[in-house]
This record gives sequence, C-alpha cells and structure tokens, in this order.
Amino acid sequence: MAATTQRDEWKALSDIFAIGAAAFLVVLGLVLALAGADPAMKFHGCLLLGASGLALLYMLTLFVEKREPADTSGYADGVIRAGVIATVIWGIAGFLVGDIIAWQLAFPALNFDLPWTSFGRLRPLHTSAVIFAFGGNALIATSFYVVQRTCRARLAGKWSPWFVFWGYQLFIVLAATGYLLGVTQSKEYAEPEWYVDLWLTAVWVVYFLVFIATVAKRKEPHVYVANWFYLAFIVTVAILHIVNNLAVPVSMLGTKSYILYSGVQDAMTQWWYGHNAVGFFLTAGFLGMMYYFVPKRAERPIYSYRLSVVHFWSLIFIYIWAGPHHLHYTALPDWAQTLGMTFSIILWMPSWGGMINGLMTLSGAWDKLRTDPVIRMLIVAVAFYGMSTFEGPLMSIKSVNSLSHYTDWTIGHVHSGALGWVAFISFGALYCLVPWLWHRKALYSQRLVEWHFWISTLGIVLYITSMWVSGILQGLMWRAYDSLGFLEYSFVETVEAMHPFYIIRAIGGLLFVLGSFLMAYNLWRTARGDQPVDATDQPTVAAAPEFRPGEYTAPAE
Amino acid sequence: MSWGKHDVLEKSPMLMLVGILIVVSIGGLIEIAPLFWLSSTVEKVQGMRPYSPLELAGRNIYIREGCYLCHSQMIRSLRDEVERYGHYSLAAESMYDHPFQWGSKRTGPDLARVGGKYSDEWHRAHMIDPRSVVPESVMPGYPFLAERELDYDDIQDQLKTNAIVGVPYTDEMIEAAKADVEAQAGKNSADVEALLGRYPKAQARSFDGNPDEVTELDALVAYMQMLGTLVDFASFDEAGPNLR
Repeated sequence: MAATTQRDEWKALSDIFAIGAAAFLVVLGLVLALAGADPAMKFHGCLLLGASGLALLYMLTLFVEKREPADTSGYADGVIRAGVIATVIWGIAGFLVGDIIAWQLAFPALNFDLPWTSFGRLRPLHTSAVIFAFGGNALIATSFYVVQRTCRARLAGKWSPWFVFWGYQLFIVLAATGYLLGVTQSKEYAEPEWYVDLWLTAVWVVYFLVFIATVAKRKEPHVYVANWFYLAFIVTVAILHIVNNLAVPVSMLGTKSYILYSGVQDAMTQWWYGHNAVGFFLTAGFLGMMYYFVPKRAERPIYSYRLSVVHFWSLIFIYIWAGPHHLHYTALPDWAQTLGMTFSIILWMPSWGGMINGLMTLSGAWDKLRTDPVIRMLIVAVAFYGMSTFEGPLMSIKSVNSLSHYTDWTIGHVHSGALGWVAFISFGALYCLVPWLWHRKALYSQRLVEWHFWISTLGIVLYITSMWVSGILQGLMWRAYDSLGFLEYSFVETVEAMHPFYIIRAIGGLLFVLGSFLMAYNLWRTARGDQPVDATDQPTVAAAPEFRPGEYTAPAE
Repeated sequence: MSWGKHDVLEKSPMLMLVGILIVVSIGGLIEIAPLFWLSSTVEKVQGMRPYSPLELAGRNIYIREGCYLCHSQMIRSLRDEVERYGHYSLAAESMYDHPFQWGSKRTGPDLARVGGKYSDEWHRAHMIDPRSVVPESVMPGYPFLAERELDYDDIQDQLKTNAIVGVPYTDEMIEAAKADVEAQAGKNSADVEALLGRYPKAQARSFDGNPDEVTELDALVAYMQMLGTLVDFASFDEAGPNLR
C-alpha cells in the first residue's frame, strides 16, 4: 500500500505543477495582451492567454471532479493519434501554401500587393509549415509510438506528453501568424522571434525529458537503433536552436530583437544551424522513422546491425561540418569553405549507409514493392534519400556550387529531399499508423494509396526536373559572355526565361497537394471505421496488431 | 545481437547521450569558434560605420517583408558577378549586420551594391508597381509602404539594443536618433550637418518625394540607396592596410 500512496502523492504533485504552470502562462498571456509594445505582441499574448486558459480550465475540471483523463494502463496512444491528425492537417496546409507561392512566382499578380499575402511573408510560412509543423508533428508522433513499442514501456509523464503536443501546436500558430504580421528575425528556417524561440525551447526540453525517461524505464535491455536516431535528433536540434537564436530583445514586451552575432559569424552560425536542421531534423529523425516502419511493414529484420552502428556515428559526426557549403566564394574565410566542402563530400558515404540499410531490409521480400503500395512509398522515400544525398555532396563542390548557388537548382534539391524523402517516409508511416492506432483491420482503400503514390511521384518528378533545368539554365545565363567579352544577358532576361519552368513546377506541386488530399480522405475513412473496400488485397501487417493472425512479434534487434 | 563494446552504449542511454553530445559538438566548435578570434576573418576597412537610424529602420522593413528570400547581399568572388554587381563583398561590409542579410537565392538580383544605381523616383515607382519599370519582373508590389507612416517612437531603444550586441553606437548617436530620422528623411534640414558628422556619407533628402511625412518608403529607399556605398573601392587596396 505504501507504494501506491507514494505514487498518488507524485500524481498529485504533477497535477499541482501542471495547474501552476498553466496559471503562470495565463498571467503571462494577460500581461502581454494588455501591455504588449506592438499589436503583434498583443495578439500573441491573447493566443497564449486563450491556449493556457483552456488548458487550465480542462485540468481544473478533472481535478475538481477527481477524474483521470483517460486509461493510464498500456501504451499512451491518445497523444499519438492527436499527432497523426495534426501531421495530416499541417501537411496539407504547408503543401498548399507552397503551391500558392509557386504560382506567385509564375504570376506575380497573385501577390495582390498586400503585406499579408506577399511572397516574402508566405515563403517562411510554407517552409516552417512543412518542416516544423508537418515534419515536426510526424517526428513527435512517431517517436512517441516507436519509443513505447521498442522499449515496451508507457510514455513517461501524465501531462508532459500532452504539453509537448499542444505546446508545439501553439509554437506553430505563434510562428505562422507572426510571419503573416511581419514578425521575423530573417534567419532562414529559424524565422520566429525571440519569445517564440523561448517557448519552443521549453516545449523541446519537456519533449527530451519525456523521451529519455521513457527509454530509461524500458523493459528491453537494448535501446533499439530507431531510438538512437530520435535521441540524436532531439538533443542536437536543441543545441542548434539555442545557439543560433541567441538574441537581445529591444523590449521585453515587444516582438523585435537583434541577433547576438553579426556578418560572417552570423552567416556561419546560421548555416551551421540551417544545414543541420536538414541533417538532424529532416534526416536523423526521419531515419529513426525508417528504422522502425520499414522493417515493421516488410516484416523483415534490419539488413545490417553493424552498418547501422557505423553509419549512425559517422552520420552525426560528419553532418555538423557541412554548413559552410552554403557560403562558397562568399566573405567566409576560405579554410572554412574548404572544410565544409570536404566533409560534405565525405557525408555521401554515411548517408548511403543508411540508404543501403533501408533498401536491403527488403531482401527476400522485393515482391512486396508490387503488392503493397505502402511499402513502395517507404522504399521510394529511401531511394529519394539516396538520390538527394548524392546530389547534395555534388552541389557542395565549390566549382559546381559556383553554378548552382543562388539558383532554383537548390530549390529542386531541397524538394527532392523534402517531398521524396521526408514526406514519403511520413506518408508511409501514417498509412501504417492509422489502422494500428484506431484498431482497424485494414486501410479504407489500398487503391487510393496507389493513386496517391503515383500522383505524388509524378508531381515530384515534374518539380525537380523543372528546377534542374531552370536552375542550370539561369546559372549558365548569368555567366554567359558574348563574342565581345560582355555579359550576354541582363538579370531580368534570366528571370523571363524561368517563366515556363515556374509553371511546370507549380503544376507538379499541385499534383502533390492533390495526392495529400487523397491521403487525408483515405485516413479519415480508415479512422472512422468504414468498411475497407479492398481488405483482402492488403497485407496482414496493415491491420492493428490484435487483428493479425499468429503471434505478435517486436521488430528485430 | 550486438557488437563488442557498442553493447555498453546500447544498454545505457545516458552514456549514448554523452557520446552524441561529444560527437556533434566537434565540427561546430572547430568551424565556428575560430571565426570569433581570428583577426583575419573580418579585415578592417575604411568607410564602414553603423547604420543611421533611418537606414536601420529601413533595414528592419527589408527584414519584415522577407526581401532576403529573393535578393542576396553577397557578391561572390567570381568574374561574372564582379562585372554584373561590382567589387566582391568584403566581410567588413556586413560587420554591423545583426543578423546578416547575405541571402541564399537570387530570384531577383543581388542588392549588395544597389545604392546609387537607380534614382529615388525609380525606387518609388518600382516599389509601388515593379512592372511599371521592369515589365518582366516577378516581384510583389509594395504600394502600402508609401502610405504608412514610419513608426520610430522606439528608435532609441533599437540603437541601444544594437549597442548591446556590439554595434558602436555612441550615447550621442542614441540621444539624437529621433532627430536624425527626421533630418535624413528631409523633414528637418537644419540637423543634416550634425547627422553627417555622426554618419559620414549619409544621404539626406525626402526619399519618397513627400518631405512632410516620414513614411516606411522613406526608410526603405534610404537603406537601398546606401547599400554598398560606404567603402570607397576607387581607393581600396586589396593587399594593403585599409584601416578604419
């Protein structure tokens, strides 16, 4: 009995702490809403007030009625279901804004000459929505799923996982509305201002604690490889975020701040951050996803344990060095440029280590590529990962970079990684997760997954090929000389030449958006419990574990 | 299955965490830290000065509207770039930029040396409707800038914060910040001489063509017109000392 009492005391303490934190945030929100130095800060104070007020009210209701929020035995899946829904919604929003700005570049009248709808404010909205809102929610949701299953332990904390989820959504809303109102510190992929950065730091620290505490109470002796990648992603993103965003606010009640660093040092710090947002957010985290969902869906063990050890440590060691390849031939010292280029080329190897480990996991099960569109999505994602991580080192070579930098080639490269790798591996994970989490016997429709796969793949191909052509074309036009030794083209002639490719790109993006609508419809019908239209065509692994014939087996270690 | 000593890390998440922290710290420390103490990183150049208050306000509008997403401010040391845009950018030219505005994409041209290239009138027309002066342009229009009064109530705090992060604004500069905004925007010509004493080469006139009001367009065009004009490349010697 003594143990139970102590446990109850801890629970009471956790309730009191959660309620206290919410009450503090209510007060903070109220202060910012009333005394904010600019309208954007007042608005964000209102958002904080509303969000923390609702949280406080909810917790107090439970507290007064002495009700537990939900079943606390077994795995904590509620927060993961919420994360899956958020991933789909933010994904569609992010893809849609991306396609809108793609059309703006083809037809500038679509900017409407208004501050809130112009390219300069919508572009960070697009990048943050896809990277942090779609990608971030996918990472948080899958990491919570994977860490529980591979550790055979319930997620640590009662309120903390939900704080991570809702706190992260508030971060997204603060960042996104801030961009539309012109609140930005202009560091790419780190645009949110100081107070939003502080909020994200708080959320991220709790995320880290939930993750590591869950690993600590595992019932398996070994920590599974997917968790190494998730762990590296969580801690490194924390370091990158804090160091890159060090700033001094003009007023504690205002939105504007000035970054601590200037010029060269700021550029280096920013691209150390920027490239490792790719390396750790968009690569290490999603490799964690790959290491769980590919073997799980293929029902095969990981191809090589040793390869996973070698490529994990070499990947995280080498990625950190790659940042300076964003600054070739600039005022960054030459030694740093050369170092960045060298490590970027070396990075090709550990990247392909991961690709080989993912692809070869299908050994002996290649036929599944034909029969299971979900595994095809996962594997094509890994193939795009391999392609992007070959293209990246190529573009980091100084002489290649002198052509590709500042052009659409970079944009195409980013999207082969973001659409091909990040989005496809997430889509694959979502198609696995929804029947598993909502306890369904199969996806609503496998045929719709086929349609999604082919429409989106076509979209990606249109996107990246048009950007290759426009990027290389523009790079060559900028450096073209006529027979008299003068520059052959004015800048605006090169802009004009981009027009057809911008239209092709926007059409490719539109296809990708359409595909994501198909996915949302399919997942919604699945979660709702509608009778699957083609259950017999689907592999048994598509069903939630309790509906599968035979023994439930944990992923191979 | 496990592999020799790696077993230890796999069974202790704390050890693995420490391992990760060490491994991911090395590259950043080696590449970033020396930039703060190697004096060759930012060689001193004559002519560099902090932004005048109006230029700083214009720069903040440039940041607010996300101009850096389509315009670079970094001329690379390549023949065609130097011929198209002018002398390659020096590290010192962005030494007071918190944050830097080098950019990563040229949907529009580089702006590192756009100062003095076009008239104020051209800039005005271009901001209100870019296609009125460049028919093929894909830039959004910014007609609202000319209609919005510049909010410079907190300009002294803006300068003070810059001073905290290392920009050498003096107490006198901070004191006179508001007067300097008005003087440079052509609202008060009496203070122009004092302005020039504090900010050599500053251009003072009504940039938006309306001397009675200080608009956001005034600030943005003032910023555009000073970009790349501080260092005199006629007398700049790549090899020699170019001390401030």
